Amino acid sequence: MTTTYLAGLSRRAFLGATASAGAAALACPGILRAQGATIKVGVPTILSGRVAILGETASIGLKMAVDAVNASGGIDGRQIELVIRDTKGKPDEAARLTRELISSDGCQIILDCEASGGAFAVHEVVRDTGTYCVHAISETSSLTADPANRAAWIFRAGRQGIHDAIPGGLYAAELAEAGVKRWATCSPDYAYGRDTTAEFMEFLKVFAPQVELVGESWPKAFQPDYTENITNVLNIAPEALYTCLWGGDLVAFFDQASLYGLFDQFQTVAVNMGDAPVLEAIRNLPAGIHSGNRYHKDVPDSAANEQWNTDYRKSGKLPTNWGWQAYTGARFVLEALAATGGDLNRDKLSEATRGRKIESPHGVDGTVTMREEDNTLVGYALGYGKTIPQDPYLTDFQPTPWDVILEHEAEWKKRKGFI
Amino acid sequence: MLDLPALLNCFAATSCLITQASTGVIIGMLLFLVASGVTLIFGVLHVVNFAHGAFYMIGAYVAWSAYDATGSYYVAVAAGALVAAVVGILFERLAISRVYKENLLMQLLVCYAFVLICDDAVKIIWGAEYLAMGIPAEFRVPPFRFAGGVIPPFYIFLVCAALAVAFASLMLIRYSHFGKIVRAAAQNATMVSVLGIRVPIYFAALFGLGCALAGMAGALAAPVRSLTPGMGLSILIDSFIVTVIGGMGSIPGALLAALVLGLTRSFGSLGFPLFVDGATFTMMVAILVFRPQGLLGERVTR
Repeated sequence: MTTTYLAGLSRRAFLGATASAGAAALACPGILRAQGATIKVGVPTILSGRVAILGETASIGLKMAVDAVNASGGIDGRQIELVIRDTKGKPDEAARLTRELISSDGCQIILDCEASGGAFAVHEVVRDTGTYCVHAISETSSLTADPANRAAWIFRAGRQGIHDAIPGGLYAAELAEAGVKRWATCSPDYAYGRDTTAEFMEFLKVFAPQVELVGESWPKAFQPDYTENITNVLNIAPEALYTCLWGGDLVAFFDQASLYGLFDQFQTVAVNMGDAPVLEAIRNLPAGIHSGNRYHKDVPDSAANEQWNTDYRKSGKLPTNWGWQAYTGARFVLEALAATGGDLNRDKLSEATRGRKIESPHGVDGTVTMREEDNTLVGYALGYGKTIPQDPYLTDFQPTPWDVILEHEAEWKKRKGFI
Repeated sequence: MLDLPALLNCFAATSCLITQASTGVIIGMLLFLVASGVTLIFGVLHVVNFAHGAFYMIGAYVAWSAYDATGSYYVAVAAGALVAAVVGILFERLAISRVYKENLLMQLLVCYAFVLICDDAVKIIWGAEYLAMGIPAEFRVPPFRFAGGVIPPFYIFLVCAALAVAFASLMLIRYSHFGKIVRAAAQNATMVSVLGIRVPIYFAALFGLGCALAGMAGALAAPVRSLTPGMGLSILIDSFIVTVIGGMGSIPGALLAALVLGLTRSFGSLGFPLFVDGATFTMMVAILVFRPQGLLGERVTR
């Protein structure tokens, strides 16, 4: 039997080298961290089916924010990796994928880009697992407004339904002052449509008590034919119509309703009309439809927003409401990571997010804030305008000051028993 | 839930009655247009084309492109029907013809795979964004007003197109040489083939015709629909309800069922707005239980 030795490496030298390497690894985890693993951010969103475009535009918004940080060296030398998963718009799938992102993919941050149904499913998972999470898309107010749903490590970085309902109510009240008193509604028949419509009508009556709700029509989500709803509204003969149909459903509704001359007969408030793909998809956009801003390149009318719009369009897609919200959600996550120096500790990240004010092309004054008291976004551009048939499609925009929104929001919370 | 006063008021007012009755006919005829292809293929070949919605989608998207290129709605409808027919024939030859004799589950799986492939192909070619064709210029006119009721000219055109499709399909299958051969071949393919007739060509042609009807329905309705990948799914369910209530394979039955469903939807949206879908499915269940062959379907002896 023969024994062989590694040439040139004595036992003493080997031990010394091993000890030094071990000491370095124990003493300086930062060295390993800086050179090693990326920071994984899990993103459940909708990438297939009829609203796939929204998940795609949300993903573009996320990548804009993350690519900018990665290009400048990452967080503390570590790159950010987005782990995006398709929930197909199904809440059970959203819950399953979020658990998988946390347990199998090793994501310690969830940036939720799901619609309301899925967002509540994601919410339950991150509450249960205690994972730091930013909801970027869901507008359902109770997600963060209701204390029963709240957790210190969960945030909302998108618009909140009640924030939209107050400017909507104020704007519509001006129409009511001009004599438009009989209102009808036609909104999608699920939680978002029911809640948003109820909130709008609630505030319209707060600002214009003389208004009367004379009829409601509730088409199903993704219904292809709206003829029965349109003629139903025609028979009610209101003086104004409110709808929160959105995306492709709104486009189909408008084309079908214009055949009946619906928009020549009364005022229409279509809160989701102001999203760029909707405005550009409707070929014969009627003038004078009232809409919320959703995402618009002139709202706010600033150089930063114009630049963001130009940068976004380089992706080949038009920016949507989901696009700016996902971008904003990613910005909060990145700023929190920068503040903790890449530390993924949930409580440290939450502490760094709560109350944080960031520069934003979508803020009224160039900034938006994660409000401390309920972990929700405030300060973004809000208001209503009117459509015109050519670019920029939405004009006469009337912004609502945030002090007015906050005052009425506080009263609403009291009425709801949230504070 | 039940708003009987609204329904009774409507029956008392001519304007409402005309608007709602015409709405019922319009909804019904649109339903018939999309269901006619399913009925035709099942009536003759006894194959349930679960991929019907995919051909509806192909027709709509091709029409969108053709309309964009030519500006002519009629050329767009023809292009939509033609491309759907060509894709349908290829699908029949390459896939469905190989599972004619297999069980229903196998046919369902093949069709479902095709639907998913089509959805992704549409996403690659036209993108995931919703597209809108817009109302063709010739139909961008104020609606007709008749005794206070409102009827859009575009829908009158669609109703006429649906009736023409019903009439032409019926003539073709019942009285034409082609129809007789296909029906005979479906009964006994071997016997027809020994007469020197190439049965597979006839089957493929009929399948292509059914798909052309689906494509034409998609193209005709494209101006009033938003086009999205997966848009065929929503009409597939409607098509099957019409086909089941009317009687599997019966074109007059499908026409009658579509009218009944259309009127239920239009008057139901006033009288029982929260139970319109419930009423349609209740009708379907009642038909399945008490008259399984459908309103005008032929009783099948087992």
